[in-house]
Order: sequence, then C-alpha cells, then structure tokens
Amino acid sequence: MQEYFYSLCDSLFKKINTDELLLLSFEGEDSDFVRFNKNRIRQAGSVTQRRMNLDLIKGQQHTQATCELSGSIENDLDQLTQLLSKLRLQRDMLPPDPYLNFSTDINNTEYHHDNTVVDSHKAVEQIIKTAKGLDLVGVFANGIQYTGFANSIGQKNWHSSANFNFDWSCYHATDKAVKSNYAGFEWQTQSLEKKFESIKQQLSSLAKPAKTISPGKYRVYLAPAAISELLSIMAWGGFGLKAHKTKTTPLIQMLEQGRKLSAQINLSENHSRGLAASFTDDGFIKPDKVQLIENGMFKDCLVSPRSAMEYEANINTDSEYPGSLALSAGSLNIDNVLTELDTGLYINNLWYLNFSDRNACRLTGMTRFACFWVENGVITSPLNVMRFDDSIYDLLGTHLIDLTSEREFIFDSSTYGKRSSSSIELPGALINNMCFTL
Amino acid sequence: MMQELLTQTTQRFRAIVSNVDFWSLRVTSESQESICVRQGIVQPVQNLLSGGAFITVIKGDGCGYAATSDLSTNGLKAALQQAQHWALQSAISGLLNADHYPRPEAQAQYETPVLQSWEQLSTGDKISLLQDANKALKTHDNIVDWQAYLGMRSEQSLLTSSAGANIEQHLHYIMPGLSAVANKGSVTQYRTGGGSQSSRQGGLEQLESLGFPHAATSLSEEALALLSADECPEGKMDLVLAPSQMILQIHESIGHPLELDRILGDERNYAGTSFVNEDMFGEYQYGSELLNVTFDPTHTEQLASYAYDDEGSPAHREYIIRNGILQRPLGGASSQARASLNGVATARQADWFRPPIDRMANLNVEPGDKSVSDIISNIEQGVYMETNRSWSIDDSRNKFQFGCELGRIIENGELKGIVRNPNYRGISATFWRNLANVGNQQSFEIQGVTNCGKGEPNQAIFVGHASPTCHFSQVDVFGGAA
Repeated sequence: MQEYFYSLCDSLFKKINTDELLLLSFEGEDSDFVRFNKNRIRQAGSVTQRRMNLDLIKGQQHTQATCELSGSIENDLDQLTQLLSKLRLQRDMLPPDPYLNFSTDINNTEYHHDNTVVDSHKAVEQIIKTAKGLDLVGVFANGIQYTGFANSIGQKNWHSSANFNFDWSCYHATDKAVKSNYAGFEWQTQSLEKKFESIKQQLSSLAKPAKTISPGKYRVYLAPAAISELLSIMAWGGFGLKAHKTKTTPLIQMLEQGRKLSAQINLSENHSRGLAASFTDDGFIKPDKVQLIENGMFKDCLVSPRSAMEYEANINTDSEYPGSLALSAGSLNIDNVLTELDTGLYINNLWYLNFSDRNACRLTGMTRFACFWVENGVITSPLNVMRFDDSIYDLLGTHLIDLTSEREFIFDSSTYGKRSSSSIELPGALINNMCFTL
Repeated sequence: MMQELLTQTTQRFRAIVSNVDFWSLRVTSESQESICVRQGIVQPVQNLLSGGAFITVIKGDGCGYAATSDLSTNGLKAALQQAQHWALQSAISGLLNADHYPRPEAQAQYETPVLQSWEQLSTGDKISLLQDANKALKTHDNIVDWQAYLGMRSEQSLLTSSAGANIEQHLHYIMPGLSAVANKGSVTQYRTGGGSQSSRQGGLEQLESLGFPHAATSLSEEALALLSADECPEGKMDLVLAPSQMILQIHESIGHPLELDRILGDERNYAGTSFVNEDMFGEYQYGSELLNVTFDPTHTEQLASYAYDDEGSPAHREYIIRNGILQRPLGGASSQARASLNGVATARQADWFRPPIDRMANLNVEPGDKSVSDIISNIEQGVYMETNRSWSIDDSRNKFQFGCELGRIIENGELKGIVRNPNYRGISATFWRNLANVGNQQSFEIQGVTNCGKGEPNQAIFVGHASPTCHFSQVDVFGGAA
C-alpha cells in the first residue's frame, strides 16, 4: 500500500505546474466489522476504503479536496488529474488565504505495525464460544489502517497499523449490563477468557434487586471509562487555541477568572503514546507531548497549523481536538476503592454527556451499564440509571478526593467514517458530593 | 458520466456473481462542496468525491456484505468473495434466518426537485454572498467569532438485485448556516441560524426560506443581548418550544425509542435500548391526544425524502403516533420480518461502505389548530425556548435534558424579555402526555438533523424533522450556574 501511495504521489507531482505546490495525505483501511446480538452474528462484512486529501497551492491561494481511490494507480491517476484541473479553476477564483500553513522542512518518517493481521473469522468463532450462554451484544472490528503524507517539496511519511477492537456488553436484563472492551494488536485467547470471567462475576451482582436513588449529592467512584466521558466533553472545544481565542472554550473561567481544578489534575496530549500517525495533513511532525493542564491550572493549548499562523503560536497538533489524552495517576490503590468509597455509588460508565452551562463547564449526562450502590465498602445492589448535572470544577476540582494509582489504556472504538485511531490513558477517581438530578 | 459508472459497475458485477441464493448491489457516487467565511477570511474550500459498491449476498440462512471503492472486475470479485465468506459464517452463527432478509424487486427512479442548481451561482458569487453575510454578523466589538457557510451534497445511487430491482435515486442537498458568538469577560453566548440546523433537499432556491443570509444581523443582536440577559428561571412551569427545539425533542424522545432495531436489541452496546417494547404498538398512550406524528417522505425539500429506502422498500406516508396512540415503529423490511410488525421504509446507509440499519427519515409532528399568539395568550407563567444547543438522554430514551440558545419569559399571556441558558428536563414516557397545545400550519417549519449517530460500525446520517410550535405543561425548567 505504501508503494502504491508513493508511486501515485510521484506521478501526480509531475502533473502540477512549476508555480504550484501539492500536499497529499492518504487514509485507508481494510477492515472487517462483525456485529453481534444475543451472542449471534447480526451483520458481518468487510470494507476496503482508500481516500486521498489534496491541497493545491499557488502562492497564498489554495483549495482542498478529498477523493475516493480504487487502489489502481492508472485509474486513480486519471481521476486525480481531472480533479487537479477542477481545483485549479476553483483556486484561481479564491482570495489569498492568510492562514495557509504547511511544512517546508523535509521530515520523512515511516512506521509499520502491520505484519500480522488477526483472522477475523477465527476470532468471531472464539467470541461466540467463550460467551456461550451470555446475552452478548457489540461489534468486532479488525484490520489494517493506513495513513500517508507526501508533498511536492519531497517529504514522505507513512504509518500503518494492524489492530483489532472488540467492544461489547453482556446483558443481565433490560438495561442492566456489563460493558467491556478488548483491543490491541495480538489476539490472545487467555486475555479474552479473563475478561469474560470478570464479566460473569459482575453479572451476578447485577442480578440483585436494583436500587433507585433520590436526586441529591453522593460520594462516587468513577471508573476510568466514566472519567473518559468527562474528559471527552471537556475536550469539545476545551483545549484548542482557536476556541480559547474566540472565547468558546468551556474552560473560559480558567482563562478569565483563574479558576482551577484540583492540583492532582495533570492532563496532557501524549502523541508519543497514542495510536495515530506522528505527522499532520500539512506535513508537520507533532511533538511527543503537550501539557494541557498542570497541577490543576491551564497550561498549553492544542495549536493547529492554521491557528499557529493566525495567532503566531507553535504548531503541536493536527486538529485542535485531542486524540491521545493522558491523565496522571493519583495515590488510591485500586484494591482499596470500595473501602475508600465506603457508602456511595460505584459508576463504571457515564453516557451521553453535554453541557448544561458551557461557561461554567457544567455538564449533564447519564449513568449506564454496571453501576452499583455500595454500603460500608460492599456492593449491595445495582443502580437504576440516574442523570447527573455538575460542574467539572467540582468533579475534578473541589470535590475530587483522589485518583487511582493504576491507569487504563483505552482504545477508542468509534468508527464514524473510518476506524478511530484515538486512545486515552487514565485512572479512576473518588469524588465527593456528585450531584444527581433525575 | 456518473450514471455510466453506476451502470458499468453493475454490469461487471452481474457478470461475476454466482453461487448465492440472492444478491444485491448498491453503487453510490457522491460529491460535496463547502465554502465558509469566518471572521472575514475565506476558509479553504472543501470538495469531496466519494463512492463505491456495497454488495450483499444471501446463501441459506447466511448473509454477508462487502464494500469496496475498487469498482474494477477484480475489485468486485474480491469483495464478492469476502461477502460470501461472511455469509457462510453467519449461516452457522447468525441471528437471522433466510426469511428475515428483504429481496427487493422494484424498478424506479427518483430525483430531488431542484429549481436553482448549485452551479447557477459561480464560486465567486457564492463567496461574495458569504462575505456580505459575514460582515452583517459582525455588528459589535463583542462579537468575537462569526461565520457564514454554504455547502452542497449530491448523492446518486443505483440499487440492483438478483430479484430484478433497479432503483435509481439522485438526492440533492443544500447546507447553509450562520453563527455569531458574543463574549464579555467570562460570559460567552451564541446564536445560530440561516439553515444551520435545517439543511434541506433542493437547490439554492431553499436559501431564502431558511433565513439565509438575511437572518445574520438579528442573530448577532440576539447573541449580544444574551450576554446581559437574566438567567432562565427555575421551577415547574409551562414550556413553549419553537420548531428549532421541537426537532431535537422529536428526534431524541420519539424517533430513537421507536427504532425497531433498538427494540430488538441490536443497539444495546452503543446507541442504547428503548423503553418501548413490541407489545405497545396499537395501544400505548405515547402522548396527549393532540400528538400526531408521521413518517412523511412527501415533503420533497425535507432532508430524508426518498422514494425507496436502501433495502429497496417503497416509502409511503404513515402515522407513527395518531391521536396520542402509538401505531407503528421505525423499522425497515428486515426488522419488520423479525418483529412481525408493520413499520416504514427506513433501512438506510449513511455511507456507501456501511450496511443499512433502521433509522429515522422524515419524522414530523403534524400541525394542530392553535396560532402561536393563542398559545402564548393562555399561559400565565412559563418560558419559550428556541434553537437547540444541548441534548442528553438515557440509553432507554426516557430521562432527557435539553438546553436552548435563547429563552423568553412568558408572563400573563405575553412574551417578555429574553433569558439565557434555558434548560429543561423530563421523562419521555410522561412528557408527551403533557402536550397541551399544538401550533397550526403557520408555525410549522421543516428542519432536520445532519449528524444523527447510531450503529456498529458507526453511521452519522441526515434526518428530517418538521414541527409546529408546541406547548407543554408542568415541565422542570432551569438556567445556568448563577
């Protein structure tokens, strides 16, 4: 695939005029998707997809396009050459773009992690066998993902990775279920079986009569998957330079009023630990790490090439939405979580978060899947779903007691348009007085 | 050119397919263009050329699919082989049996009516239009971000099958929008409009009725006014929702819970389940008797109008809820066969490479007989809200909370000043029973949602909603942090 991409780029660079520059970025995947319901196959299929993003530049004028490719150099070159002609006409009607920004240094990189691809058919067989007797629902995604970049100046970058992501839940009844995920590069039967053993234990707790709590404030433990939801919504405009400059960041009170989170909160965009390519669509190489929040105070923004040009800042990312967040660990031993929680809510998953007051970074959302009522350090009953409405300045600020000393690395299972290469690494959190409303 | 590509691909596929009980092929070609002017700067124009083939095969009780952008004979052969392998495995371990899969045989053509095509306005003229709109949004120094944008999408598809189906559809979309962000200190408020939540099918002729670009100045002024407005009051009170908020209320608490694949459990790991079950259809009191909801593909300008869904079932207008009583789910042919229920033609693919699943299409609240002024004049104390900005609901689609861009106090039968951060919460199963008044045809607006997410693998799709202004009693309303 790398050879195909580079050959196609080289051929295409010969089609541009001497006063033009061309940036080409490539994304593709050969993926299998198998959907389960009731531990049976609901829908199964394979997707072969290749896309080229073009940026055709002349001086400060440029225009961009994304084009589906067939994988055949001859056909694709023909299609892309026609597209270049169209883009040339369009570009000449556009005014100069003052924020056009692309790398003029040549930084060639290569990353290959695609030697072994898991056999999807065998994995599916094993899932169904291991989950026998369980009401399993979810999706298994597997295959190779490709990302490439080349420009007419001479830079070439490649990143390919074979990986799988099995995201599922096992239902006890109605909306009571245990959610799980197994993702990585090498499929190991023992790892899968271990996850199912844990699920079976939690399902036995879900079989107890459910408890409905009254609206009010409760001491809670939020497992890493739940914390991940909080950080995802914070990230919705929270860390980008453009959002900060246009005052649309939900963290505006940190900027304007000096509000802080708990000093335990150290949050970074950790490009070097993530799954995504190290280069941007404009040919820049991302730094290993961007410290977003340090000791509870806002530190640096994510800066895209356009924002860097507009606000004279240093580029440190592609888009201004994080793709490899890392939250530092605390001191709470994971084995002591129930004891330290004492009496309150053990929340494995939060869901469907949104802002109820963006300026105050006040969020609302629901509990979901396996959440439990804990009394004197012992799980006594599953919880019926509850809505919370609370500020991040309380949840990760004044009301945060501690973060766990162990962290989980979670691969993003989302597949809108393509399989995600985002990930997050984070601990769980013990929190006082979380506010539930409905 | 595109038509030729679709036809040639189909011919190539017909020549290679064999050894299956049934096959279907959907070939799609899509183009998009979008232009945006933000803070006076023309942003890079975005163009998209997309397309590919989606192959479905049935063999025995098994079904498999494969999608490929390689439309050569070899590309189609490789995809066919993949689909056949999945069909073999699903015959052994599949949830559905042969009778559950539709085998479309219709032959039809459909195209969105367009009066003024995208090309009738040059790129230069479109940019001028957007630059003018952008200037009109910047009314004050406190407007800190302002954007005007305009986009088009054209999707051409040909669905054929071994049962004789040959369904050609060509859908044209127009996607305008305006936004103004106002800020003072740590308070930021924004307003959106001009079609930003109400893309349509059709051409440039749709712009005027969407308020594009003439809503620019009023949106900007409202954003500024919100900076110094009082917080929305808190308490149980009457709530009047404009169509620009009704669309989300319909979407989240009627549309999603009535999707038949949710009810059948397919979505439990991702989008969720439903408080509605298969036994409720025909008898469940979903809302007050004023509530009439239709699946309506007949408004040609609405986002999800089509003649056939992506499984090849014909789309007809049907009541989903009539006089408050639940009539039928939103489920395509496959789900209907699984549940033994009558549904509607809503099996849809968001992209050429994703399989059809049950979606909303055009899901509308039908107009009633009250003018908006009649509705307001009978309210002693309440809040009027417009334009959704926040949405959240539980996985059974019951406990919801919504926030809007702008609220107005209603006092003693009159609309008073604006309030900021208006929110409300409730429970679907009881909320619609508190529907007290439904606005008439004059308040009926056709809008939609362009980012409805669902499915594994995930799919984001265009959905149409239309509604009049509606009045609900006894709703928990509240504002932002003090």
